[in-house]
Formats: sequence, C-alpha cells, structure tokens
Amino acid sequence: MELLRLATAGSVDDGKSTLIGRLLFDTKSLREDQLAAVERTSHARGDEYVNLALHLDGLKAEREQGITIDVAYRSFATAKRRFIIADTPGHWQYTRNMVTGASTADLALILVDARKGVLEQTRRHAFIASLLRVPHLVLCVNKMDLVDYDAGVFERIREEFRQFSMKLDMSDLSFIPISALGGDNLVTRSTKMPWYQGATLLHHLENVHIASDRDLIHLRFPVQGVIRPASAKKFHDYRACTGQLLGGVMRPGDEVRVLPSGFTTRIKALEFAGRPVAEAFPPMSVSVLLEEELDVSRGDMLCRPGNPPTVGQDIDAMVCWLSDQTVLNTGARLAIKHTTRVARALVKKLHYRLDVNTLHRDDQSPGLKLNEVGRVTLRTTAPLFFDAYRRNRGTGGFILIDENSNATVGAGMIHGPAVER
Amino acid sequence: MFHRLFSRVASGVFWVGAGLRKAAPAVLPFAPVSYALSHLQVLEAESIFIIREVAAELDRPVLLFSGGKDSAVMLHLAVKAFWPAPLPFPLLHVDTGHNFPEVLQYRDERVAELGARLIVASVQDAIDAGRVTEEKGPRASRNRLQTQPLLEAIEQHGFNAVLGGARRDEEKARAKERVYSFRDEFGQWDPKNQRPELWSLYNGRHRRGEHLRVFPLSNWTELDVWQYIEREGVALPSLYSSHRREVFLRDGMLMAASPFLPTLPGETVTTQAVRFRTVGDMTCTACVASTASTVEQVLAELLASRVTERGASRADDRFSDTAMEDRKREGYF
Repeated sequence: MELLRLATAGSVDDGKSTLIGRLLFDTKSLREDQLAAVERTSHARGDEYVNLALHLDGLKAEREQGITIDVAYRSFATAKRRFIIADTPGHWQYTRNMVTGASTADLALILVDARKGVLEQTRRHAFIASLLRVPHLVLCVNKMDLVDYDAGVFERIREEFRQFSMKLDMSDLSFIPISALGGDNLVTRSTKMPWYQGATLLHHLENVHIASDRDLIHLRFPVQGVIRPASAKKFHDYRACTGQLLGGVMRPGDEVRVLPSGFTTRIKALEFAGRPVAEAFPPMSVSVLLEEELDVSRGDMLCRPGNPPTVGQDIDAMVCWLSDQTVLNTGARLAIKHTTRVARALVKKLHYRLDVNTLHRDDQSPGLKLNEVGRVTLRTTAPLFFDAYRRNRGTGGFILIDENSNATVGAGMIHGPAVER
Repeated sequence: MFHRLFSRVASGVFWVGAGLRKAAPAVLPFAPVSYALSHLQVLEAESIFIIREVAAELDRPVLLFSGGKDSAVMLHLAVKAFWPAPLPFPLLHVDTGHNFPEVLQYRDERVAELGARLIVASVQDAIDAGRVTEEKGPRASRNRLQTQPLLEAIEQHGFNAVLGGARRDEEKARAKERVYSFRDEFGQWDPKNQRPELWSLYNGRHRRGEHLRVFPLSNWTELDVWQYIEREGVALPSLYSSHRREVFLRDGMLMAASPFLPTLPGETVTTQAVRFRTVGDMTCTACVASTASTVEQVLAELLASRVTERGASRADDRFSDTAMEDRKREGYF
C-alpha cells in the first residue's frame, strides 16, 4: 500500500475541519468512542448536527478559543492507500505552520468557500504550496450546497484561480466541487452536480500518481553516520555508512564519489539490518559498504562521479521566517542545517521581501518578520552539497537555527549558487 | 509472510531485501516507475532515519522500554538501525510497581538477549522516599506518578534525548506533538511554543538541563504497528494474545483482577478469554474479550474493531477530555 502525505489549508469557515472529519468518518477511520466524544461536545455546544470538525481540535486553548493553533498530523487508510494529513490552520498568522506541513506533502488541498470565491488567503496558500514545491494541488470548491450546486459558480472560481496560478510554478492542478457537510463528491459522487464529470476527492487522492515525483536519476546519499562494530570479533573489519536516499538509485558495483574529499570508489554491498539490498532508492534507509577504506563520515555525501550536486558556500535562496522573537536581516549570523550537515551561515544580503498575498517584491525591506518570505544570499562556514530546491526538495531545503535560543527560525529553499550582483 | 505482504502491494512492485524482485530495471536515465515501497517500508525507513539522527547528534540518548507493543517495535527498529553494532544507548523502564508479571519477564528476556543495559526508575522507591504521594481510594492509579521518577532518571543520568514509542493517532494532544519534542528544565511540554519541523531536518539543540523527547513512531497507527509486528515477527509479551484471566467490569471496561485493584461493591470477578490492546500499569489498563491467539487473528479483530485502543483500554484518559495534554505538560511520556 502506497503512502501519500497531504497538507490541508483553510480556515474553520471554509469547512476544512468538516471536510477532514468527513473523510475520516466516511473511510471508517473514526471509531465509535471518538464519534461519541464528538457527539457529546456537539450537544454541549448546541450544534444542530454532529459537528465532525470538533474531532480535530486537540488542545485546551483551541477548544477554549475555538481556533486551531498548530499543525496536527492525522492518519487514515483506504483499501488502496495509506494517508497522512498535515492539517494546518489557515489564518495568515500561521503561514509558518502551513510551510511546515507543506514541506513533506505530496499533495496540497486548498479549500475555497463557493460563496466567497478566491480570497487573499486562497492565493497565499497556493503560493506557499508552490514555494514548497508540493507536486500536486487540489482546489476544493466547498459549500456548493449554499450556491444551489451551480456549475457557473464553480466555473468562475476555477477560471479565476487558473488565471492567478499562471504566475506560480505549479505542475498538477485539479478542481473539485464539493459539499463537505453533505459529503458531496468526497467519497461518493454527488447526485446534485451531474455537470461535474471529474473524480471525487477520495478517488483523486487514491489515484494521483506520486511515484514519479521522486528524483531517481541523480544519486544523493547524505551520510548519517558510520557503523563500525570493531569490538565484535565477527565484524572486526565491518565498516558501513548509513543514510536515507534523497535521490537516485544505488546498486552494488556502482561507482560513487565521496564529497567533500572527491575520492571515487565502488559500492561493495548495500545492506539493511544484515540483509543484502539489491537496489536502493528514495526514501530507503540503508547501509553502504564501500570497496576501499575511505575516510567517510557524517555530513559527507555519496553521488555519481559524473553527476555531483553543487558544492559551495555562497547560496542564493528563498527563506520563510518562522520566529516572532527575532528578525532576519542582512548581517545576521545563524546555524544552518542542510541534509546531515551543520554549519554557520551569514546573511550577506536580503534582496527583497515577497508579499505572499500580492507576489509584489519589496526591495526596501529592513528585515523579514514572522511569516514573511524573502530572497537572500548566504555565506556558509563550510561547503554544502546542494541542488536547486525545485530539482530536489531533500538537497535543496535547509533550516536556520538561532544559536542563542536554539529555536528553528527559518526555512530555506535553495535557488542555486550565489552569483555576484 | 513476505509473500503475503508482497501480494498486497500493487503489481509491478518488487520487494528489495527479501529476495523477491523482478528483472533489473532499464538503464538510467529512464528509471521505471516500479520503484515503489509499501507504507510500512516508508514508515520504517523514516523511523530508522530518526533513530540514527538522535544517535548521531545527541550524546546521551536513552530508549524508553515498557515492554508494550510500541516499545517492542521501537527496540526492534533501534536494533535494525545499528546492526551489527550493539545498541548505542541504554533502555529505561519506568516501573510503577504494578506491572503485569508477563511484561517484566518479557522485558528481562529481551534485555538479556540483546545484552542491553537496563535502567529501572521505580515509582515505589519514589513513594517510599516520600518524593511522590500515592493516590487514595479504589480508583487510585500510579500512572500519573510515573512523571517524577522519569524526570529524576533523566536528570540523574544526564539524558538529553529520550526515545519513546508514542504515536500521533493515539490521542488528540499527541496529534499535535513534534517528532523532536522539546522539554524545558522541568520536563514540561509547551504545546504553543513548539519548534517548526520541516522536511526531515530535526533540530535537537538544547541547553544543559533541557532535553528532547523523540517519537520515531509518530506517523504510525495502531494498525501499522500490528502489520509491522506480523511482517517482522516481533516478539511480544503473552498478554497480547488471547488467554484466560480473572476480570471484572468497571466503567464499561474489563479490568484484570489483581491485589493492586480492589473491586468495588457490585463488581464481580469472572474468568474470561481476553487479550490486551495496550499494556501499562495494571490499575489503569483494561483488556478486551478476545479469542485471537495469533498476530493474524489480532489484525483481523483490529480491522473490525469500532473503538480506539485508548478508548478500549485506558482508564487514565477518562478523567477529562484533556487528561493526556495535562499529563504531557507536566513532563509525562
């Protein structure tokens, strides 16, 4: 069974929680005790129906204030696929949560209220999904029941969004008219919208092709650690480097180059927990045994000799700032974590701040505040082995850490090596 | 076993490492689309990555080991992550003193088999020394009392990463917790001030006295755990399969009769065929009526079950809607 990770965005008003509650309920992923709890709370609040949205509010403060604070991860499964939903609140204050949820998502699901159409919030969510390179985007036009299931309303919203999305970098875009409350076009086809010929939401989630979203061409194997059980007699000379593949395919006998040393050798064997592995590909975690005893350690990277990532210390990237305590400005010094490598980074220049609602570039910005996105040039203390984020999310993404508070304060998407300008 | 799993995966898929695979794929760069992994393989690869990150970046990790199914899977994954090297960290059991004997036996067998180092943090010792006070009454439980000995053990041994088997599907507060869950010097979880967690880039930085709880099984469900136990042949305490036991009904749950849990007026003890879905303190872990004696039968029952595992078997979460969140804020698992 294949695993699909999706990120949802939208506010409570869009019916997002109802939609997720409904998906869980209709796929029988909500159990009786959970449903009973929802019924009790619905009743206590005076809701006229079993408010499935209530299942999703986890924390005390959320229940008290009727808001969603944080990213929640939920699982459900059908006969075809296993799903993990990163459920993120839609309010602008929570851009950082959506960035977090979108970073690992195969698919982003954005909700639009049919009565309101494409809002600033919709555009922001779509922009974040494209910034984080979520490969598939689904725009659900919800509350179709409140616009008499009118095809014209759906068409207008679709056209408006399509116009906007041309400005974004988006590969796969789908539109589905739904009513989360009534369950129309979620799991079963709606009888009220015969004009809609496309898939139901669940059918789409079960069938969207995600296997080719990985990079199976460019070998990228960041070394996590080295296993050397010298004490055990039987394994005295055993030496393997461990890691999780971020790109490409490895087989025993393949020639590999080790970065940063640049030495080339061959793969003697691939293993996982003592079992030989004939072929390794993303996202497998494996152990690699090399023909020659080279000096390989954590933070190094294996690649193919003719196909290495960029090796460099000057990096051009988009950064989303995640901290409400500090500001990102030119001259800031931070720790950077990229693959299994850690270094320090100096912000050489903040080129501009990008307005996530209008996509307008403000090159006079004094610094990036919480939830703001901007283009920066970084200089790192050690070389990183990277690709453009649009080519590989694993070797193109990094986080910035405040060395004083230890907080994760920035998320970065690499454009490429910095060029003087 | 592998064959059966294989048949569940879509055709054209092959299983690397189990000896089952199709002919070598075409020459790159046109990679075939058959490079597929099952959800269990993806979850396993993710968990192994997390466990290895902890060992690489944090110098004093420890693995919580209660003898329950989730910690059994955690231990299995940890062994796989570092094979053939020995486990690079000790195991920690927070012992309430109200354990099922089968679980203690299982714990000791696993520890001996692996040659692992086991540290026991005892709730009884903490009570005897007056550091914690036992709850009173017939519904008293030592569940909440585990927090103090846990934090003491963390401090005493200087652990800065505590690996646990908690899953996000277990409980609604857990659904919002990070894989690397930062704890302050009092062991407290602050749900409103969690570090954003992007891609697979985990931030384990902390000051002296602070630590991280790390949950590599965050994205697994109860069903995933059982499917994995079946696939890997993970050994479990005998409590998890059907056996005859003296039980009584309390608050709609079947509790095991034991000296730690006196019956109330009107509660009658009967002998029934039962098994446990979760294993914890005897005073707050209930069992379910079951005849499932193999993992396969447990899986079949699980698929038909209409109640969650915590709903079916955890008395401790019934105190209030936010019982878990409240305990976690105090430093609980």
